[in-house]
Amino acid sequence: MVRFENVGLRYGMGAEILRDLSFDIAPQSFQFLTGPSGAGKTTLLRLILLALRPTRGLITLFGEDSAALDKSAVTRLRRKVGVVFQDFRLLDHLTTYQNVALPLRVLGKDETSYRAEVLELMDWVGLGERLHAYPPVLSGGEKQRAAIARALIMRPELLLADEPTGNVDPVMARRLLRLFQELHKSGTSVVIATHDLNLMDQFDGARRLVLGDGRLHIYD
Amino acid sequence: MVSFPMRRDDAAPEENWATTPLVPASSVAGAALAVVIAIMTFLAALTAGFALLLTQASHEWRGQVGVEMTIQIMPRPGRDLDADSRKAVEVAANFAGLSDARPLSKAQSEELLAPWLGAGVDLGQLPVPRLITLRRDDTKPLDEIGLRSALDAALPNANLDNHAVWMQRLTSMADVVVASALGVFALVLTAMGLAVGFATRGAMAGAKEIIQALHYVGAADSFIAAEFQRHFLRLGLRGGLVGGCAATSLFLALGAMSRHWITSAGGEQAEAMFGAFALGWNGIAAIAALSLGVAALTALMSRIIVLRSLRRLD
Repeated sequence: MVRFENVGLRYGMGAEILRDLSFDIAPQSFQFLTGPSGAGKTTLLRLILLALRPTRGLITLFGEDSAALDKSAVTRLRRKVGVVFQDFRLLDHLTTYQNVALPLRVLGKDETSYRAEVLELMDWVGLGERLHAYPPVLSGGEKQRAAIARALIMRPELLLADEPTGNVDPVMARRLLRLFQELHKSGTSVVIATHDLNLMDQFDGARRLVLGDGRLHIYD
Repeated sequence: MVSFPMRRDDAAPEENWATTPLVPASSVAGAALAVVIAIMTFLAALTAGFALLLTQASHEWRGQVGVEMTIQIMPRPGRDLDADSRKAVEVAANFAGLSDARPLSKAQSEELLAPWLGAGVDLGQLPVPRLITLRRDDTKPLDEIGLRSALDAALPNANLDNHAVWMQRLTSMADVVVASALGVFALVLTAMGLAVGFATRGAMAGAKEIIQALHYVGAADSFIAAEFQRHFLRLGLRGGLVGGCAATSLFLALGAMSRHWITSAGGEQAEAMFGAFALGWNGIAAIAALSLGVAALTALMSRIIVLRSLRRLD
């Protein structure tokens, strides 16, 4: 599904911040990406999302060499990937409902065709009472859940989540983790970037990708 | 896939929220651009309207002047101007292609000089030429060279004036004014295009995070460009219609005022130059088309700029 071969990344003429990354993300796999703050977890997720181009090495996404992709192909592949950003990236002038439905809207689908599905998912993540609310009035946890719902609404083949439980209480964190586990069981590959050891301990079967000093160590 | 529990029906949204624009509709920059578009459309419509009026008036001048010719009988010592006038009318009557030949009396000829010399001046001692106005018959061709030769043979003091020089000057003047108006029109549209370009880039810079989020959720460039296009089409329609309505109102007001002023000397001059400021339905339709064209141009320009910028962003 995702393959990195000797991938390196540097900004400008600076030193490489990620070095010789080689790993695979298999279909229907579950992994935590961890490491200290500033280790490059978000940068690695952006590389997987093809939002950044590597300085060297080969990235293959869904069997396609990222270096050979044009913009429309990148867009096509991104539609198979759900992303939960650390800073949520919700659009402040849209309601929570509209934010969650955004990936379906950009496909040009009629709103009535997906309304029930969006409402069902929002209810499930506990936002059923916040449909009309705009992101600026949501709590951090509610924004987090809205961002997760937006990432899941397309039923992605790969889910990338950057600190998805960083703004929620332990109860909600466990609930969200269960959601990710269910998603994984249904066939989605999940990558969760976190430095929350408690969260990782709740899912023993997960692979751990540990970033440190620009290098990646894998613990299966 | 994940089996999600069903939600309650009573929380269903009452409206179709998907119609909310992805590019925020209200902003200070957007309102300012709508005002700029309104002003530019107003100026462009005024320029185009005046050019249209002048073109119509020019056609009328040429139509009026072109169907008439004049024979001038110059005063010479020992010649009877009344007899020469009758002779000239006889010569003209022999030519097909003329429907009427009407000599002006001495008093009528002197009246024509009144605007220059003032009323009450005794012109009896001045050698005032006599005029015979000839009207062309549209249905028959006129042998103008033959008429000129016949007049030269019969009357050594007669000149045939077909107004060609005068018409040429009128045509040249009208053409220059219309060309200048079109130049101003093009400049106004160019300035508006530049304003739209700056506004589009400004809107894109302001919506950078929105564009990024849209890209990450799988939006194609064409989708994002269409959103901006819709946003600028709305602004263009608002500005274009306000500017077009203002220009139409001004022309209607000028038309109403010109009907009041028509009896004054100034009113006559203005009417001679521009007609009766009556833009007519054609003119109003042209201004409406201009307003809609401005909106379409605004939308199209923003789409092109957004697509180019997104390509560079990649």
